Amino acid sequence: MVTAATSDSNLRKVAWAAAAQVADPEIPVLTIEDLGVLRDIAVVDGQVEVTITPTYSGCPAMNMIALEIELALAREGIAKPVVTTVLSPAWTTDWMSDEGRRKLKDYGIAPPQRGGGRRALFGEQQVACPQCGAIDTEVLSEFGSTSCKALWRCKSCREPFDYFKCH
Amino acid sequence: MAVASISVNESPLVLYALRRADDALILGHRLSEWCGHAPMMEEDMALANMGLDLIGQARELYSYAGKVEGAGNDEDRLAYLRDVRQYRNLLLVEQPNGDFARTIIRQFLYSAFADLYWREMMTSPDATLAAIAAKSEKESAYHLRHSSEWVIRLGDGTAESHRRAQEALDDLWAFTGELFHADDSDRSLIADGVVIDPERLRSAWSATINNVVQTATLTLPARDWMQKGGRTGHHSEHLGHLLSELQSLQRSFPGATW
Repeated sequence: MVTAATSDSNLRKVAWAAAAQVADPEIPVLTIEDLGVLRDIAVVDGQVEVTITPTYSGCPAMNMIALEIELALAREGIAKPVVTTVLSPAWTTDWMSDEGRRKLKDYGIAPPQRGGGRRALFGEQQVACPQCGAIDTEVLSEFGSTSCKALWRCKSCREPFDYFKCH
Repeated sequence: MAVASISVNESPLVLYALRRADDALILGHRLSEWCGHAPMMEEDMALANMGLDLIGQARELYSYAGKVEGAGNDEDRLAYLRDVRQYRNLLLVEQPNGDFARTIIRQFLYSAFADLYWREMMTSPDATLAAIAAKSEKESAYHLRHSSEWVIRLGDGTAESHRRAQEALDDLWAFTGELFHADDSDRSLIADGVVIDPERLRSAWSATINNVVQTATLTLPARDWMQKGGRTGHHSEHLGHLLSELQSLQRSFPGATW
């Protein structure tokens, strides 16, 4: 016979494994675990409670992610989980896993530089081109195709690319 | 058939959250009006992106105001079912987009304040306000950098871009006094240490403005008369027109969802 504690911890493991597979709808090569968006899973009286955090205040992917988590858990037979969004502590690109960074680069998006935080107002940073690896690159726009990306261009291979901006 | 406006019990904390939420929603809506109209693709995306950040901040603040009020008003009801006189935003953010220079100057004047403001509010003992501040300050840093760079480019650009940027600065300057507004309601929160006194930020704000304006070869207006009214619901004619568009769907089809 399993105790309530072990079955809860087992349920949590199953729920985590399922939720960790959910992909970011805007960057499908990354899971919400890679991104650090999946913050916590708790089991309280048999009820699964999932905590996620938005990357940006207005990130339109959050509703979709919450729905995908519910579907992923439902496939494991876990019904009606509570999915809560928390703001604090504020998400930072420093939470992105090494695996996530590698996957981003392979996908053609330059991964965020480590040590996020505030830059000087007109400070420059060096971002390597994800296609050819050259560091002779320039920013075209701080605001890219999604909130989390900026648009850059490589001056060596001439290709434009997305940079997952430091946040 | 339009639905009636709701009433809100404005305790100091509710009023505080509504003022900040209204700033973010109205400015976010103004930026979204550029979508598909900006002078270049990158700016179309930039302005829409910043609008999205601001609307996200507004949602958090409205949700909190509704929760504190405890009368069943959620973010949607607060955004869509209050009438123009119930809006508490700065007059600055409701000013029409005008040309690109005017939009950029407006964004710069607001962002230079918001960036300082949210950074200071991160230490609020109110956990929700501190969390909203911590998300918002990262975003306002981008907004300030983006608008500052454009102010410099426009001011120190062609004779035409300089003229337009200077004209926008001259016109919008009178709306900046409200950034430092605090009334008895706010002062009770300031006294309790829940929110910061915006007056504290004035010199740092002025330093940022002076630095960028000077680099841009623009000149700050000499007159210091300041317009006020937004924080108490006395708005320019522009807000009513903006709300008629923003609220039309919820007013016509109450409770509509996507």
